[in-house]
Amino acid sequence: MAVIEVRNFKKNFGTKTIHEDVSFYVRKGECLGLVGGSGTGKSVLLRSLIGLEKSDGGSIQINDQEIVGFSEIQWLQIRKKVGYAFQGGALFDSMTVFENLAYPLLEHTELNKQQIKDKITQQLNDFGLNDTESLFPGELSGGMQKRVGLARAMMLEPEIILYDEPTAGLDPYNTKKIQDLILRLKAKGVTSILVTHDMPTAFAVCDKFAFLKDKRIIEQGTLAQLKDSPQSMINQFIEGIII
Amino acid sequence: MITTPSSTFKDWAEEQLYFLGGIVYLIRDCLREGFHRPFYWGLLADQIYLVGVRSMPLVLITAGSTGMVMALQYGLGLEKFGGKPYVPRLVASTILREMGPVFTSLMLAARVGAGIASEIGSMMVTQQIDAIRALGTSPIKRIVIPRILACLIVLPILAAFANLVGNIGGMLIGAYELNIDFQFYYQRVIETSNIMDYLAGFGKTFFFALFIAVPSCFYGLQVKNGTQEVGIATRKAVVASSLLILVGDFFLSKVFWIIEKWL
Repeated sequence: MAVIEVRNFKKNFGTKTIHEDVSFYVRKGECLGLVGGSGTGKSVLLRSLIGLEKSDGGSIQINDQEIVGFSEIQWLQIRKKVGYAFQGGALFDSMTVFENLAYPLLEHTELNKQQIKDKITQQLNDFGLNDTESLFPGELSGGMQKRVGLARAMMLEPEIILYDEPTAGLDPYNTKKIQDLILRLKAKGVTSILVTHDMPTAFAVCDKFAFLKDKRIIEQGTLAQLKDSPQSMINQFIEGIII
Repeated sequence: MITTPSSTFKDWAEEQLYFLGGIVYLIRDCLREGFHRPFYWGLLADQIYLVGVRSMPLVLITAGSTGMVMALQYGLGLEKFGGKPYVPRLVASTILREMGPVFTSLMLAARVGAGIASEIGSMMVTQQIDAIRALGTSPIKRIVIPRILACLIVLPILAAFANLVGNIGGMLIGAYELNIDFQFYYQRVIETSNIMDYLAGFGKTFFFALFIAVPSCFYGLQVKNGTQEVGIATRKAVVASSLLILVGDFFLSKVFWIIEKWL
C-alpha cells in the first residue's frame, strides 16, 4: 500500500512552471531517492509534501488522505506524523540543543520533564551528540547541526521522514553516520524520501529512485532499472558525469 | 527596461495594494488562530519584557526632553504677551493628547518595529519559520501574536510613563528657566487638564501598537532570499509604521474630537 502518493502534481512560481504532471508513490517502509540536476525543484517537491509550498494542481495523498487544499490548521495535524530534516538543520538559534529537541515533545505530547529529559538524552546518544545539550546551534559544526536537525525531526517518531540533502557538505565520516541513521530508521519501518546529489548515499539507503528533469519525473524504478534506462543522461548522472 | 513616471507609479501602487492585502490576511490569520489553544503565555511575557522594559529608558529620555523643549518654546513665545501662566496647560495638554503617545510610538517603531522585522526576516532566511511549521506548530501563534499582544499591552503603559515624565520635564524648565513656581505649575496642570485629554492620547496608543507590530511582522514574513532582504524589510517596516502613526494620528485626533463633542 502506498503511504505517499503524488499524482499529476503541478507547481508554479509566478509565471514560471517548476513542476507539471509529477507522479510517484512510496510504499510503507520504503525509501525513495528523489534525484536530478540542480534547480529541477526537488526541494520544492519535498516541501510541498508537508505544505510548506502550496500545490497548483494535482493530488498528494498521505495514508490515503488527500492533502492538497488543506488549510494551515489542517496541515498542523499532518506535520505531526511527518518529520522533515532541513538541509541546514533549521535549528532555533535562540534555543539550546536540548530546547530544540524538547520543542516537539512540549508541543505535542503530555510527557513530564523527566520523561522529556530521558528521551532527549537517549536521542542525543543515538545520534552521537553526547554533551551537546547545553550548546547553542552557533556553537556546533555543520555536521552536528544537521544531526541535531535530524534528531529533532524524529523526536515524535514520525511514520514518514523527508530528508532534504542530509549529507550535503559533510565529510565522509559524518556522511556515513547520517547513512547509518537513515538505515536504522528504515529498519524500524519508517517511510522516507531522500533528496540528494550524493549518489553513494542514495545507493546505500534508497530502495528506488525518481529522476526529475524538465519539470517532470522522466524515469523511476530501482537502481538496476535506472541503469537500464534508454535515457543516457540518467546513466551519466548516476555515474557522476556532469549533464 | 525604461522606467517612466507611469510605470514607477504603477509599481508603487501595486506594492501598496500588496501591503494592504497582506496586512488584511495577517490580521485574519491572527484572529482565526488566536482564540484556539495552545496559548503561549511565556512567549508573551518575554515579548512584554523586550518591548516594554527594555524600551523604557529610550521612551523616558525622549518624553523628558520633549516636555522640556515644549515648555521652553511655549514660555519664550508667550512671555512677550504675558502668557507664561498658560504654559503648564499648553504643555500638559499637548503631551497628553499628542506628544506622549506619538513620540513613544515613533520610538517604539524605530526600536521594536525594526527588531521585529529583522528577527522574523532572519528566521525566514535560516528556515526557522519553516521549521516551526514543519514541526506542527504555527508561526502566527508563536511569533506574530505574542509580538502584537505585547505591543498592545505595553504601549499604553509606556505612553502613561512618557506623559508623566514629559510633564515633569516641563515643570522643571518652568521652574528653573521661566520662573514659574512648582506649586503653581502643578496646580495649573491638575486644574486645567481633564480626563478626556488623557483618554484621547491613551485611546490612540492601541491603534499605534497595531501600526507598529502588524506591518513589522508582515515585512519580516515577506523575506525570502538572503540577508539583503532582511535589511530592506527592516527599513520598510520602520517607514510604514512611522507613516501610519503620523498620518493615522491626524485622523484619530479628529475621531476623538468628534467623540468628545458627542459626549
